[in-house]
Amino acid sequence: MKTTFLKSTALTLALSLAAGGAALADKANDTLKVAYTKELENVDSFFNSSREGVVLQRAVWDGLIYRDPNTNEYKGNLATSWEWIDDKTLELKLREGVTFHNGAPFNADDVVATVNFVAKEENGVKTQRNVNWMDRAEKVDDYTVRIYTKKVFPAAIEFLSGPVSMYPADYYAEVGPSGMGLKPVGTGPYMVSEVVPGQHFVLKKNENYHDSPKGQPTIGTIDIRTIPDVNTQLAELFSGSIDLIWQVPSDQAEKLASMGDRFTVSNESTMRVGYLAMDAAGRSSMDPNPYKDLKVRQAVNHAIDRQALVDNLLKGKSKVVWTACFPSQFGCAQDVAQYAYDPEKAKALLAEAGYPDGFTTDFYAYRNRDYAEAISSYLNAVGIKTDFKMLQYSALRELNMKGEAPLSFQTWGSYSINDASAMVSQFFKHGSLDSTRDDQVLEALNVADSATDPDTRIEYYGKALRRIADMAFWAPMFSYNTNYVMTKEVNYTPTPDEVLRFTDMTWN
Amino acid sequence: MLPFILKRLGLAILVALTVSFISFSLLFLSGDPAAALAGETASGEDIEAVRVLYGFDRPMLVQYSEWLMRAVRGDFGESYYFKLPVASLIAERLSVTMILGACGISFALLTAVPLGVVAAIRPNSIVDRFALFLSVAGQAMPSFWFGLILIVVFGIKLGWLPPSGASSWRHFIMPTVVLGYYAMPAIMRLTRAGMLEVLNSDYIRTARAKGAGEGRVLFKHALRNAIIPVVSLAAVQMGFMLGGSIVVESVFALHGAGYLAWESIARNDLPTVQALILIFSMFYIVFTFLADVLNAWLDPRMRSS
Repeated sequence: MKTTFLKSTALTLALSLAAGGAALADKANDTLKVAYTKELENVDSFFNSSREGVVLQRAVWDGLIYRDPNTNEYKGNLATSWEWIDDKTLELKLREGVTFHNGAPFNADDVVATVNFVAKEENGVKTQRNVNWMDRAEKVDDYTVRIYTKKVFPAAIEFLSGPVSMYPADYYAEVGPSGMGLKPVGTGPYMVSEVVPGQHFVLKKNENYHDSPKGQPTIGTIDIRTIPDVNTQLAELFSGSIDLIWQVPSDQAEKLASMGDRFTVSNESTMRVGYLAMDAAGRSSMDPNPYKDLKVRQAVNHAIDRQALVDNLLKGKSKVVWTACFPSQFGCAQDVAQYAYDPEKAKALLAEAGYPDGFTTDFYAYRNRDYAEAISSYLNAVGIKTDFKMLQYSALRELNMKGEAPLSFQTWGSYSINDASAMVSQFFKHGSLDSTRDDQVLEALNVADSATDPDTRIEYYGKALRRIADMAFWAPMFSYNTNYVMTKEVNYTPTPDEVLRFTDMTWN
Repeated sequence: MLPFILKRLGLAILVALTVSFISFSLLFLSGDPAAALAGETASGEDIEAVRVLYGFDRPMLVQYSEWLMRAVRGDFGESYYFKLPVASLIAERLSVTMILGACGISFALLTAVPLGVVAAIRPNSIVDRFALFLSVAGQAMPSFWFGLILIVVFGIKLGWLPPSGASSWRHFIMPTVVLGYYAMPAIMRLTRAGMLEVLNSDYIRTARAKGAGEGRVLFKHALRNAIIPVVSLAAVQMGFMLGGSIVVESVFALHGAGYLAWESIARNDLPTVQALILIFSMFYIVFTFLADVLNAWLDPRMRSS
């Protein structure tokens, strides 16, 4: 972290001095150049699990339904209308006259083939949760299909408007996931003209794009290159060979914004929530285990100045979060117990719990070392001495599944799914990652997850979330944000779901 | 000579196997491969499904021997991450790394050896001081920083060179300088020290006494002896450049094998990491072997041992 900071400071300084060199964005060629930080594993959207993949997925393919990112209203995309025939059967009318990029017409056969392929576990779709709620699909006629869910699954509409894209049946049967990854074919607003796996992707405007709620693409070519080092991305931005970068660290975004006329810096929140997980169930080898005591968990909650973390570290549109879900998610009740920053009260609670001198605990994190270290110093200040350990994501995940991490700083992005089940139901239903194992929470979530009536869902998610907050099972911290930096020639307003929408981009 | 080579070769293969086995075990220690594969968004059930699908639930020794049996037939399997054959993935990226490594070591040798010789002929002169300064700076300057400074000056300020990428020879100029500069100081100091020692030896005095020209003394007699440790060092440096140009590849967005190795470790992409480790260790072994042969050619005394 220290070197990254040094690097950033040195480079931003040097760049400020060097600024003024001729900038030649490719507006003249109608080519928008974008940088990715991470190597995307496979363009086939069912076989990657990264943000970069979601961005391509939304450009190349379409879902049956579309959720407007600003109003959260569901609109028809490849389907024009839908209706629950019974608790587990969704019937959809499909849009006519849509063609895939290879010229094949889109109809019910494509929906049936796609759903039946991805729903089968042995086909190995990477994020099973996105698809394993579907049992199968059946064709009613050429433009009517029925999707059968395994259990009552009210979030189906949200999933159909998010990660479940429609693939061309014949082409996919022929080339499979690896062929789709190298030469993707969809119905989306952009067609893929070049793929160098992990490194370079070129998209061309789909001139025949149907009348979709995504809107029509205007920029002719999108050229995406993977540049792992953020400083190099900035250099490319300055030299004019990149037009748009995102996930820019806040200190650099601030400096770029202060440079005035060359760049636009936009900040938008993401669905990612940071939180402290505590071993309330007593699964770890810690003995005695202080986290089994409600007072200790409340003390942890009172010990941390979340607002200060947001103001000084995360900045931008980040907000303090009190719930085990992202506030915009359906069912994410906000009327839950809040623990104001009060180190004295934290100390008093610790004393009441029998730890007048505090205690020593292992404390784990896998990302944002600076945030975790700040949290750690707040805990130290009230007497909770942390033995801080930074691990690889997979290593910490393993510890958490075995219940061996007494205290850890975790984050969850809900895969951009705007439904509380994508977060709270992931962690509180007695699965291997559940560090609390509370029966009351489980019961409430079971009702909420399987109810079709929206009011019932709201009521029971609220019950679960209030119980989690009252019992201080977690210490929710804050939501994340991301900075988008683009040249003044690019006009784009980012959305809160951290998906770059190329159809919304135009030249100034 | 032949038994000697065969013995060396057998030893080399054993070294490669040991390296690959140790790295295989280390990868399992660094975190649950199933969790890494399933990704950050996966649930506990997803991870269990992945574990069974990829066979991580079997004993490690079984997994290793399976990999080995296929690897000796040239089949490195499919990358867990990219879902593409590892062999083609590496072939595509290795070319970038090999070009970079060859350019880097050539740049280092072509600048460091002459500088070292000149510094040794005139110790404590301006040239020597300058060479000393260069080598201290080279050791002290982190390569990511040097790379970024070059990008700022030549890529942005002057606009002479493209800041990053690998689509033309011009893209390789800055990475070559950064990578080469890192290896330069050690080579130069070793050349200088070797030359100083040799120039004070009896046989050089003898050569001078019998009236040999200065150029002949320096290059035929002195440098040939002084360069022997440099050859070994250059071989190690070359191996390092091929496997360890991670920082340079990352800063200049060159998608080479070093960067692929680094990223694959973080992604627990076992087949890719295993294949790369095998290839990198082979490089070291081959270069060390070549250095020995070259040294034997330079120094007849070594041939007998």
